Amino acid sequence: MATEEAAHHDEHHAHPTGILRWITTTNHKDIGTLYLCFSLAMFMVGGLMALVIRTELFQPGLQVVDPHFFNQMTTMHALVMIFGAVMPGFVGFANWMLPMMIGAPDMALPRLNNWSFWILPFAFTMLLSSLLTAGGGPAAGWTLYAPLSIQGGMAVDMTIFAVHMMGVSSILGAINVIVTIFNMRAPGMTLMKLPLFVWTWLITAFLLIAVMPVLAGVVTMLLTDRHFDTAFFNPAGGGDPVMFQHIFWFFGHPEVYILILPAFGIISEIIPTFSRKPLFGYTTMVLATAGIAFLSFIVWAHHMFTVGMPLAGELFFMYSTMLIAVPTGVKVFNWVSTMWRGSLTFETPMLFAIAVVFLFTIGGFSGLMLAITPADFQYHDTYFVVAHFHYVLFSGSIMAMMGGAYYWLPKWTGHMYDEKLGKAHFWSNTIFFNITFFPQHFLGLAGMPRRIPDYALQFTEFNVISSIGAFGLGLSQLLFVYVVIKCVRGGDKASDEVWEQPRGLEWTVPSPAPYHTFETPPRVA
Amino acid sequence: MTATAQQPPTNRRLIFRLVLAVFAMFGFGFALVPLYDVFCDITGLNGKTGVTDSRTVEATPIDKERWITVEFTGNAASGLPWEFRPTVAKMEVQPGALARATYIARNTSNRTVVGRAIPSVSPGEAAAHFNKTECFCFTEQYLDAGETKEMTVQFVVEPDIPHSVNTITLSYAFFNAEKYVKQKTVKATHKDAKLEKTHPDKKS
Amino acid sequence: MLSSRIITAVITVLSVAAIGLLADVAVAAWGLNLPTPVSPIGRDILELHNLILLICLIIFVVVFSFMFYSLYAHRKSKGYQAAQFSHSTTAEVVWTIIPFLILVGMAIPSTATLINMEDTSKADLTIKITGYQWKWRYEYLEHDVGFYSNLATPRAQIEGIEPKGANYLLEVDKPLVVPTNKKIRFLLTANDVIHSWWIPQFGAKKDAIPGYINEMWTLVEKPGTYRGQCTELCGKDHGFMPVVVEAKSPEQFEAWLASEKQGQAKDTADAAREWSKDELLAHGEKVYANCVACHGADGKGVPGAFPAITGSPVATGPVTAHVGLVMNGKSGTAMQAFMNQLSDLDIAAVVTYQRNALGNNTGDIVQPAQVNSVR
Repeated sequence: MATEEAAHHDEHHAHPTGILRWITTTNHKDIGTLYLCFSLAMFMVGGLMALVIRTELFQPGLQVVDPHFFNQMTTMHALVMIFGAVMPGFVGFANWMLPMMIGAPDMALPRLNNWSFWILPFAFTMLLSSLLTAGGGPAAGWTLYAPLSIQGGMAVDMTIFAVHMMGVSSILGAINVIVTIFNMRAPGMTLMKLPLFVWTWLITAFLLIAVMPVLAGVVTMLLTDRHFDTAFFNPAGGGDPVMFQHIFWFFGHPEVYILILPAFGIISEIIPTFSRKPLFGYTTMVLATAGIAFLSFIVWAHHMFTVGMPLAGELFFMYSTMLIAVPTGVKVFNWVSTMWRGSLTFETPMLFAIAVVFLFTIGGFSGLMLAITPADFQYHDTYFVVAHFHYVLFSGSIMAMMGGAYYWLPKWTGHMYDEKLGKAHFWSNTIFFNITFFPQHFLGLAGMPRRIPDYALQFTEFNVISSIGAFGLGLSQLLFVYVVIKCVRGGDKASDEVWEQPRGLEWTVPSPAPYHTFETPPRVA
Repeated sequence: MTATAQQPPTNRRLIFRLVLAVFAMFGFGFALVPLYDVFCDITGLNGKTGVTDSRTVEATPIDKERWITVEFTGNAASGLPWEFRPTVAKMEVQPGALARATYIARNTSNRTVVGRAIPSVSPGEAAAHFNKTECFCFTEQYLDAGETKEMTVQFVVEPDIPHSVNTITLSYAFFNAEKYVKQKTVKATHKDAKLEKTHPDKKS
Repeated sequence: MLSSRIITAVITVLSVAAIGLLADVAVAAWGLNLPTPVSPIGRDILELHNLILLICLIIFVVVFSFMFYSLYAHRKSKGYQAAQFSHSTTAEVVWTIIPFLILVGMAIPSTATLINMEDTSKADLTIKITGYQWKWRYEYLEHDVGFYSNLATPRAQIEGIEPKGANYLLEVDKPLVVPTNKKIRFLLTANDVIHSWWIPQFGAKKDAIPGYINEMWTLVEKPGTYRGQCTELCGKDHGFMPVVVEAKSPEQFEAWLASEKQGQAKDTADAAREWSKDELLAHGEKVYANCVACHGADGKGVPGAFPAITGSPVATGPVTAHVGLVMNGKSGTAMQAFMNQLSDLDIAAVVTYQRNALGNNTGDIVQPAQVNSVR
C-alpha cells in the first residue's frame, strides 16, 4: 500500500502488478509493508482472543466459554502476539528502515527476504486452524510445558510445526539483517556511527540465531516424546519434565530481549528528534544493549524458581537476574538525560516514546521484584506476573512500535498522519492499558493464579475493572487502524525531513521514499 | 541458497558462518540433554541419585557418630494398575554403612503389566551423596495379573554428606513402561527379569 | 481545538472514575498487598516485598521527577533552546555504580531469607502432597493416614444457577489438617502433570512434579483455615483444585489424627455388606462428582476432547471392563486410575450409577465385593 504511489518512480525494471507483485517482490520496502500489515492483522486476532479471556473473567463463574477453550485462548493469545504480532512487526521495521538508515539500496539477500516473509502466513494458518481440530487448539500454555503438552491432541503437533516454520522465518530474517549491516553500509558508516535502532537490531539478530534453533530443538524433542516413544521429558520413560523448562527458558529468556531490544532502538530514534538534542551516551547505550543480551543467557532459571533448585542455583540466578537492572537502568537514565534541557515538543511519536519510558520502567521494577527469589515464590504464576509482562511487552514493545509507526509513516506514505486522531489514539490506548493491567498487580498479590477461567469472589472488583479496560484498549486499536489507513490514502504532504532537523540518512531521501533508494551509496562524514 | 549465488564472496562467507551457527545451536539444544544429566549428577539437582557397587562401599569407613533418618515413600502413577508402597516408613542409618529397604508392589489388573520406577531423593544436596548398589529401579519390572512382589533397594549414604542434612527422603514413582518396552522383546525380557530374581546380588 | 477539549474532558472523567474505583476497592476484599502472613517465612517475605517495593518506588519517583520537570520546563513552546551535550562520563559512571550498590543492598536480606526457606531439616511432622488432575492427596507418612481433597463448590454455583458461597472455589470436601507451632515438612510430587501447591498466607509455594520429589517447610503460628490454589497450569480444571489447610492446636490435631485412623476402619466395614440398587444409585450420584469435570453433569462429555458416558460402549458393554477402566484409568489420557482414590463402595456405586442413569439403562448392579475381587 505504502509504496503503491511510489512504484512509478521506479524506472529500472518492469515488475508485476497486483497480487503477484506482493508475492514475488524482493524489494525491502514492499516486504517491510507486508510484515507490518501481517503484524497488525495478527495483533487484531490476538487481541480478539484476549477479549474472549477478559469476557470470561468479567464475573466469577463460567458464563461464556468452557475451561478447555479458555486454556486454548490463553495459549493462542500468547503465541499469536509473540510470534505473529511483535516479532514480525519488528522485522517489518527492520526491512523498511535498516537499508535506509545505513545507506544501502536494499537488504543483502532480497530473495531470502521474500521467503522469510511468505513462510509466516502458512505457519499461522496452520497454528490458527488447529482451533478447528477435534479437541480444539493447543491448551498447555504457550510454554508447552511437558508432560501437560504430551497429553494434548493433534493441535499440539500443528503448533510444533508452526513454531518450526516461524523459527525458520525468524532465523532467515536474522541472517539477512546481520549480512546487511556487516556488508552493505555506505562508505564512512562505521559501526559506532550506526543509528541505535540498527545496533539494537544487530544484537537482536544474533540472539535470534543463538536461540531460535534451541526452541526448534526442544519442540522437536517434545514431538518425538509424543509420537516416537522417546523419553526426553516424559517421566514414565525416565525423562525429566524439569529439563523441558530449562531448555525452553534457555530460549525463552533471550527471546524476551528479542521482543524488547528493537523497541529500545525505536525509542532511541524518536526521543532525540523531539528533544532537538543528540542521544545522550550513545556508546553506553550500545554497551548496555550488548550487556543485556549477554546477561540474557545466564538468567533463564528465574522463570522456574519454584521447581525446586539447589540453594546455590537459586542464589546464582537471583544475582544474575538482579544485575540486568544495571544496564537497563543506564538506558532509562540516558533517555531521561536526552530529554533534559532539550527543546521538547509532543507530537504523537514523542508521546508514545515518553509513555514507553515511563511504563516500561514500571514493568522493569516489577521484574526486579520478581528476581528476588524468596518474594518470587509469592508472585510466581500469579496475576502479578501477568501484569509485569504486559507492562514490558505491551507498553514496551507494542507501544514503541506504534510510536515508530507514527514517526516513520510520513516517510513511508508521503503524507502526514492526522495529528489530532493520533493523539486521541495515544491517550485512549495508554489510559485503557493502565486500567486493564495495573489492577492485575493487586490481583496477583492478593493470590489470584494465572491461567484460571474462574476465580474466588474477593478477586471480582479488580477483574471487572481490568475487563472494562481491556475492551477500551481493544476499541482504541480500531482508531489506530483508521489513522494508518487515512494516512496511507492521503493527507498533508510530508516534507523530506518530516520533523525538525531529525538525524539519520532516512530523512535525506524524498517523502514518500522512492521504490529504490541509495542506489549510489551516500558518503557519511 | 540460490540467493547467495550472486552475492560477493564476503557475503557468502558470512552467510556460511551464520548458517553453521544455526546448526550448531540446534545441536546445542540436544547437547543440553546429556549436559543436564551431568549437571544433575554433580549437584544433585532434581534428586537424581548415584550408583555404586558393594566393593566400593565395603572400602568406605562408617561414621559411627552420626545417624541419619531415611524416609521411604512411593506411588504408582496414573495408567499403572498397581498398588505400591514401602514396607517401612523410615529407618535410621549411619553414613558409610550399607542399608536395605523393601517395597511391596501388587498388580491389581488381570494382565501382565510392565512398570519402571523412577527414583528421586530429597533434599537435593543429599542426592549427590546417596548411592544405590542394588535397586529394582535399574530394570523394568514385570508383574503378572494379581501378582505381588517384594522389591529391594540397597543403598549407602556417603560419609561426606553435609552436616546440615539429617533427614533424607527416597521416593519412587512407578510408571507404566509398556510404551517403552518394544512388544517383541516383552517375553524375552520377562524371562530375564524372573531369572534375576533368583540372583538378588547380581547388579544389572 | 474543540476535539482536543473533548478529549481532555473524557480523559479527566475517566481518570477520576478509575481512581475512585481503585480507592473503593482498596477497602473491600483482601486489600492491595500480600495477605497477612501466619508463618515466619511468610512474614520475612512480606517484609522483603515491602522493602524492595519501597526502594523501587523511591527510585521511580526520583528518576521521573527529573523527566516530568524536563517535560514541564524544557519545552519548545516556552521558547527553551536545546542544549547540545551528548554524554558525561561522570554521570554515566555514577548511575551505573549507585544502582549496583542498591542491588547489593537488596541481595543481602534476600539471601538470608532464601537460606532459611530452604532449610527443611529438624521437622516435627512430614506430610506428602501429591497433585492429581484435578485434586490433591495428603498423606501423613508417620501415621499411615491419607486422603484426597476435592473442590467442594457445587457445579450449580459455578454455572450461576445457585448464588455463590463466601468461599466460592476455595472450599474442599476434606482440608489438610496441621498442628500450629510445629515445623511441618512437605514432600511434593504429582501423579500426572506438574501442579503447584500454594497457600499465600504461609509464603509456601512449590511445584509438584511427576516422578520427582520436592520439599519445603512451614510453621503455622495461628489456628485457622487458610486457602490457596494450584498455581501451575495443569489442564482443563486447573482453576478448580483449591488448597485448603486447617491449622489446629497440637492437642486438637492429635485428636483429629486418632479419629481419622478410626474412620478409615469404618469404611472397610461398609464395603463388606450387600447394597441395594437405590442405595448404590444415591451414593453413586455423589461419587460421580469426580467425573463431572470431563464427562459433564449430563454424561455428554466434550466432543473431541472427553468422551461421553451416555450410550458409550464402555458404560453399556461388559461390567468388568467398565470397572477395570474406572479402577486403572487409561494411560496417555486424562482418564486416571481411581483405584487408590475411591473405595470399593465408591467404585461400585459410581459404575452402577453410570450404567443406570445419564441416559443409560442396562439394569446392572455392581456390589462393593465384586470390585474388591478385581483388586
